[in-house]
Order: sequence, then C-alpha cells, then structure tokens
Amino acid sequence: MEIPYTVSARPDTGLYNAKVGIWLFLASEVMLFGGLFSAYVFLRVGALPGYWPHGFLNVPVGTFNTLILIGSSVTVVLAWAALKMRQFMRYKFYMAITILCGILFLTIKLTYEWPAKFHHFGAFIKKDSLAKYEPYLGNNYLAAKGLTQRVEITGDLENEDALKDDSITEYDIRMDAVNADPTNPESDRPTFWQRPVSDKVAMVDKADVEYASMFYPRHSAFFSTYFLITGLHGLHVLGGIIVFTYFWLPVGANLYKKNPEHLANRIEVVGLFWHFVDLVWIFVFPLFYLL
Amino acid sequence: METSTTIHSHDPHEPHGHGAHEEHHELGFWKKWVFSTDHKMIGIQYGVTGLCFLFFGFCLMAMMRWQLANPGVALPFFGPLLARIIKNDGMNSGGVPGVMTPDFYNSLGAMHGTIMVFLGIVPVAFAAFGNFVVPLQIGAPDMTFPKINMASFHSFWVGGVIMLLSFFSPTGPAKSGWTSYPPLSDLADPGGGLLTGQTLWILGMVFLITSSLLGAVNFVTTIIQLRAPGMTYMRMPFFCWVQLVTAFILLLAFPPLEAASLMQLMDRVFGTSFFLPHGQTLSNHLVNVSGGGSPLLWQHLFWFLAHPEVYVLILPGLGIIAEVVTNNTRRPLWGYKAAVGAVIGIGFLSFIVWAHHMYLTGMGAAVSTFFQTTTILISVPSVIILTCLLLSLWGGSIRFTVPMLFATAFLPEFGIGGLTGIPLAFNSTDLYLHDTYYIIAHFHYIVAPGTIFAIFAGVYYWYPKATGRMLNEFWGKVHFWGSVIPMNIIFFPMFLQGMAGMHRRGFDGGRTYDLNKPVIHFNTTILHAVWMLGLFQIPFIINFFWSIKFGKKIGNNPWNSTTIEWAAPSPPGHGNFLEPVACYRGPYEYSVPGHPVDFIPQCDPQGPRTDAGAHGH
Repeated sequence: MEIPYTVSARPDTGLYNAKVGIWLFLASEVMLFGGLFSAYVFLRVGALPGYWPHGFLNVPVGTFNTLILIGSSVTVVLAWAALKMRQFMRYKFYMAITILCGILFLTIKLTYEWPAKFHHFGAFIKKDSLAKYEPYLGNNYLAAKGLTQRVEITGDLENEDALKDDSITEYDIRMDAVNADPTNPESDRPTFWQRPVSDKVAMVDKADVEYASMFYPRHSAFFSTYFLITGLHGLHVLGGIIVFTYFWLPVGANLYKKNPEHLANRIEVVGLFWHFVDLVWIFVFPLFYLL
Repeated sequence: METSTTIHSHDPHEPHGHGAHEEHHELGFWKKWVFSTDHKMIGIQYGVTGLCFLFFGFCLMAMMRWQLANPGVALPFFGPLLARIIKNDGMNSGGVPGVMTPDFYNSLGAMHGTIMVFLGIVPVAFAAFGNFVVPLQIGAPDMTFPKINMASFHSFWVGGVIMLLSFFSPTGPAKSGWTSYPPLSDLADPGGGLLTGQTLWILGMVFLITSSLLGAVNFVTTIIQLRAPGMTYMRMPFFCWVQLVTAFILLLAFPPLEAASLMQLMDRVFGTSFFLPHGQTLSNHLVNVSGGGSPLLWQHLFWFLAHPEVYVLILPGLGIIAEVVTNNTRRPLWGYKAAVGAVIGIGFLSFIVWAHHMYLTGMGAAVSTFFQTTTILISVPSVIILTCLLLSLWGGSIRFTVPMLFATAFLPEFGIGGLTGIPLAFNSTDLYLHDTYYIIAHFHYIVAPGTIFAIFAGVYYWYPKATGRMLNEFWGKVHFWGSVIPMNIIFFPMFLQGMAGMHRRGFDGGRTYDLNKPVIHFNTTILHAVWMLGLFQIPFIINFFWSIKFGKKIGNNPWNSTTIEWAAPSPPGHGNFLEPVACYRGPYEYSVPGHPVDFIPQCDPQGPRTDAGAHGH
C-alpha cells in the first residue's frame, strides 16, 4: 500500500499530510522562539539599572530589512498563486524575487549590521568610579530628570591593543554622541537616525572598568540575546532560501510537469514556513530595535 | 483552498485502494538495515539501540552503586580495565587503577540520567513502540513522512554517539548532573574548547532534540491523517492515544530546552553570560564575564521541558500496559473515555507544573503555591488512568502470560511511585525531602519498575508481530521474577535513606554525615540487588536474540487480540497489510456476550459495530 494524502487532502481533515506536518513543526518553532523571547524578557526585567542598553542598533537599516522581509512574504504568496493558476513562468518570476529578498536581508545583516557591531566598543564602569566619569555619563543630569543612569562608555576603540595587552592600563574610546555630550536632551532617548561617532576621546582607566568588550555576544545580556535570536532567525532565513532555490531550479520544473499540484503544495508549505520566519522578525524588530 | 476540494476526487477508501500489489524486491544491506524508511525497521532500530543504551546506563549506575557501598575501593576487574580505556584519570584516583575520582562519580551520575532518559526510555517506550505499533494499529501503510522518520533515527544516533564519545574527552564527560544546572555547568572545565564533556553534552542534546522533533511531527501527522476508514478517534486503541499526547508534549516542550541549550553553548563557547549573574566567582576569583544573566533562567527553561518529559516517560508505558491488560483479562478497558480524557488532561497540565522542581530556589511563596496546586491537580488524571487499569482486572479470567506478569507488577509499582510523589508536590514537605534519596526512589519507582516493566511487557507482547516467533515463556518468567524482586530491594530502601536525610549526590554513600549512620548499611544490600538485577537480564538478552531464529513460530494473531496490528502478517511486509483494512468497532471487544469467540477484531466486518466505551460487559 502507498502512503495516501501526499498531494490530495484527506476528506475529513481537509488537509494533505505535509500541511499538517508544517503546522506542527511551526508550533514547535513557536515554542523555540518563545523560549528565547522569554529569556529576553527574563533577562531584561532582571537587568540592573543602566545595564540594558538602548539605541545601539541601526533603526533605519532594521526598518529596511523589515520591509524586505514583508515584501518577500507577499511575493511568495504570489508565486504559490501563480502555480495554482498553472502559470509556471510567473511562479519563477515571483520566486526569484522572494529568493533575492531573502539574500538581500541576509547580506545586510552579515556584511553591514553585524560587522558594524563587532567594530564598536563599550566599557562598563565600576559602581565606585561612576562619579569619576560624570562628564561622559551625565548621571546627575539624568537623575534630575528622573531617567535611568548610564554605566557604560561606548564608541570606537582607538587602541585595540588594550584588549589583549595587559601592560596598557587604559582604553582610549572615541565616544558615541551620547557619551560625548551626555547632558544634551537629544541624548535622553535613542533617535531614529544614528548620530555619528564624535571626535572626543575618553581615556578610561582599566582599573575603573567592570567589564569591557567589543560589541560581541559576550558584551552584555542585550547583545547575547540579540546575536542568538537574530542568528537563529538568520539560519531560518537561510533554510528558506535553500528550499526556495531548490524548487526554483529544474527540480521544481520536473515536479511541475509530473504533478503541478504537488509543487504548489510544496511551495505552500515552505511559504507557511517563510511567513513564520517573517513573523519572528516582526517580534525581533520592535523588541531589540525600538523598545 | 478551493482547488483542494476539486482535487480529492478519490473515494474514501483511497488509502487502501491499491491492494497488495507491492512486489517485494530485495533491498540491499544499507537500504534495509541502515537507511531504511520503513516504520517497522526504524522502530526496531530505535528499540535495539535504546535497549543497548538502557543496559549501558544500568552499567554506569552499577559502578556508582559500587562506589557508594565501598567508597575508595577499586572496582574489581572492570575498574582497572576502564582506567586503561578511558584516557582521563576518572578511574585512576590517586594513581590506583579502578578507583573513581569524585569528578568521575559526578560524570557517571550525569550520564546515567541523560542516557536513561533521552537515549533509553524515550527511544524505546515512545519512538520504538510508537513507530512499530502505531501505524499498524491505525491501519496505515507507514508513517506519513518516511524519510523524516529515518532522519529522526539518524539524528538520535548521532546524538547518542556524541554522548558516548564524551567519555573519551580529556576532561571526562558532563559532570554537572543530568539537569546541567548553571553556573556549575557553564563553568565546568573552562578553556577546554569544544571537546569538553559539558559542551559535547549540549551538542548531543541538540541532536536528540532534533530527533524527537522530527519524530513527534511524524507521529501526530500519521495519527491525524492515516487512520484507516472507520478508525475514528474514539475507536483508536488507548496506546495510540497516549502516543498522540506524548508526541504533542515532545513537540512543544522540547524546543525551550533547545533554546536553553543554545544559550548554554554560547555561554561556554563564546563567553556570554545568559546564566551567569554579576559578580560570579569561581574558586574565589571573579569570572571574567559581563554578568547580567540568571541561573534561574536555565532552571525554568530546563524544567519546562523536563517535567513534561516525565509524562513522556510514563504515558507510553501506560498505553502498553492498557493493551496488555485488556488482552489478557479478555475484557474491555474499563472507562476508556475517562482514560482518554485523563491522558489529554495530563498533556495540558504537564506544561504548568514545572516549577515544583524549584521550591528550594526561593522563587517566592505565591509561585510555589501556584505550582503545588497544579501539581496536585495533575495527580487526578493519573489516578483515573491507574484506576481504569486496576478495575479492568476486576472479574476477568486473567491469563498470566509473560507480558501480563510485567503488566500486573507495573500497576502497584507505578502506584508506589505515584503516591510517594505527593509529599514532593507540597512545598513544605518538599523542602525537607528535596535532593535526598527519597526523590531518587520516587521517580525510579515510576520509571524503572514502572516504564521499564512496561517496556518489557511490550517487548514480550509485540515481539511475535515483529519476528513471527514467540519469546521463550519459561525464560521470560525467570526474567520477570529476577527483575521484580531486585528492583524493589534496590529502590525501597532508598525511601528510608532519603527520609533519614541522605543527600542524593553524595560521593561516599553518605558517610560524611552522622545522621546517615542508621541507613548506610542499605548501600550494600542495594549493591547486591543491583548485581542480581543485572544477572537476570542475561536470560532476556539471550532469549531476545535466540528467539529470532529458534523461537516458536506463530500466526498472525497469537494472543487472540482485537486490535488491527494483529491482522497484518507476522512480520508485516513493506506496506503492512495484504488486504485493505477498515475499522468497524471499538478497540477492546473482548468477551462480547452472545458472540461465539471471546474477541472480535476491530477490522472484522462481521459482528456488532460499536464505539469504544459505549457499553460495558
């Protein structure tokens, strides 16, 4: 006996096998990302004052990526609809756009956003030394306004050797605007357009530093969750691209000739996955970029 | 979808419309034994691998019991041998071959737990029996996604190999308990790179989680989509119901642990601090991490899996027992509908009881109260199922076949395990009993004489279907008595040790503390029982392999059973059934009044058409 309902729907459930399968898989994925987002909430709520940074991420780029991903979710539906109408060339066209959107998203992430982080530096100042760096932190000003204190000086690290060389006793940080001009009301809240790095350099004594690193995952709870979640999301995007490409290549054409409905089903299933990946990003974007 | 309505113009009997045309072309060695996509072969692969892991986990435990009974004494024969095989100094404490180090003792504990739970019980009870039996019971030709099914087993296998290889890691295998609590697990063997025991543990877990995800999707889809005509949900055998619920639990509970595992991997490899708070110290030095994490986060995510996992361990066992009990009492399952409802209830409740493992963490009285309420709630459906099984015995003329012997032993043993859990559900009593041997005794009564006996019952029950031959009954009975007696001698004294206050993770068998003096002698008793238990598995192992070739040949339905798997040939060929099957009645139509024989198979078109639990007789 052959396995039934691989292409046609089972009458009493109204679904073919793969559609049940993908929905179950997505339920599991919801729990996976749910676990990660819970961790985000848990760590953010438990963070000491000033230890959950704001405004480190590039909002315009994030917005652009959000639009790309949403756009690709539309084109993947169009590709599926084209198959349903048995218009194979239209399918190939829309699928190509979907794949390109996916690749563009990943390219921006991996060649621009992440590397920009890796070249940025931050030093958390010890509690007892916060007063010493008042000109860069502006905590008196913040306290007067009832805002959360700042505990970190960020910017470009001028002497990168300081990270490895213990004989160097200070970090020379060309500061971000927020530390260069901490009492400027413009620094109270993160801005949509990132403000350029200033030309003011702060000499931060290593003895005053609680912890310092480039903006790697280990930099802080914020960046560990950011890199873990966007990294895992990126892997999902990559997975989607691979499957889409597979069905865009002759494999798809051959299947289409044999049974067009089968190909349409497969595109529907991977399309559902793609929507899910999109949906995850819809959570990632506000949680990390905006809030 | 509009089109899908126009497409399925097939008649409702489509799944079985092709008949028994399958020409049985011979598959090559690799295709047949390694890269098989047949659910029966995958079930057997899971079963055999899982049973091997069960035995391996048992051996780890036996070494620990030796250490507890004879602390600091070299393990005879095996000890020096192991000292030579394992390159690290785990079995070479103080230069004496065969004496284990405290670290290695911890490793044995961590790996015993991990292997038994994730590589032993779940693969056998859920994956092996589920794969082999469920498609047959619902009258399906295979699982819905055979290739994914194969990938599931292969992923499991890779995970298992990684776990085994971790024994050869220079730093020894994972040693932070099977729960891998940080900060201990985050900071174990720092600087060892990817090949430290704990990192390998995480990698292994990622593969095992992937495997269970693939399996769970397959199980649920198969049960939803591939039921034979007439096989409504309320006509499904109880075993299929528990597999369905178990698959859902695995599907939804495992991913948070995957998330947590990734975080721990980042902590260990990339130096993040998901689970390390500000000011974390190690050996009185500040650890060079950013901090800002929380060890409690791991505990929450871990137990969010690991408590539902407890039900993953026990539910398939209950399902197997239900099949065996009904078949051997020749009566329907008492309260089928209630039992099904209870299983679904357990499935839901199992997701909101996890923090009863964390009473001691100081998470707050309000949270504790919530979780102790839900924990007590979940005992209600558990008792319903056990009651159904017990009442099914009432007034039956019981055939004490080997599977039934194991099933009858299962009921009280599971009862002991369940009832002793109640003091642990309450915050106030748990504070005293937490992390003592009482806990060990409690959950082992559920899993060892509980699920493992159910596994044995299942092996003896379905072995004829898988091989076409019976297991030897005499040696089966020897195996049974040789298992049930030592099992109780092993675990019952642990209740007493635990109540006396003996800590579960002590390396010296509790000698450090005076309060353990009155109960310390049990360690020796337990060790002897462990040897006995091991010894009496030998007849089973020999029986298992010997009977493949030399067991008594049987027909399709040696147990006179009603469920559909017994309508297939023994062993079933590819595609399972020779004729298209359909289901006409509930699963346990035994001893129907006025019927000439005492069972009516589900797929027999003759006879009354009923639903399960519609009537009692």
